[in-house]
Amino acid sequence: MTITIQYFARLREDIGRDRDEIAPTEELRTVGDLWQHLHGDPPTRLMAAVNQAHARLDTPVRDGDEVAFFPPVTGG
Amino acid sequence: MAVRLFDHPFDPWALVRERERQLPLERLGACSVFAGRMRDFNEAEDIRAMFLEHYPGMTERELERIVAEAEARWPSITCEVAHRVGAVEPSETLVLVAVWSAHRVAARDACAEILERLKHEAPFWKRERLTDGTERWVEQNTPGH
Repeated sequence: MTITIQYFARLREDIGRDRDEIAPTEELRTVGDLWQHLHGDPPTRLMAAVNQAHARLDTPVRDGDEVAFFPPVTGG
Repeated sequence: MAVRLFDHPFDPWALVRERERQLPLERLGACSVFAGRMRDFNEAEDIRAMFLEHYPGMTERELERIVAEAEARWPSITCEVAHRVGAVEPSETLVLVAVWSAHRVAARDACAEILERLKHEAPFWKRERLTDGTERWVEQNTPGH
């Protein structure tokens, strides 16, 4: 199993790909751990979701989760 | 509850009329509607077109959650929410929020609440194409504008 990480909008363009897949480990406990592991310190105003619901950097992640990172939303 | 995404132009007033044909209008004394259109200007620059990116699955769930929470707060309301995705041109409708209620205050307040929460919580991202051909992401929605 893996954790799938999707990127949207400007963040996807800045990172240069639309997703990563990562094998869960003991050290990767939260949304923030995933970002730090893949990209270093998180930018300000980073938004995140776990399994298509809004999440915070301290939200726990588990094997099989669908995680997403994106910039502030601009709909409406 | 009705939440819809359109990848082509839609007529907000047709959606309101269509929904009203199914509602007990004799019990619904108030209908508050917000229809938002795409402008051809933003921050003093001319906009030729826009692309609305979304997060398939989460976007629908977020809109449904926002409407469900409004229905819990104002139990008498009935809602219709529609939003464009994909390529959009100026004057086309981006968003419709329509709320029916027995009385005006619930309809008006719920309509405003759903719109503000949609703008700050539902995963949509606007990318603008300017008349000079350059493109840019809209960085954030301005609160209360």
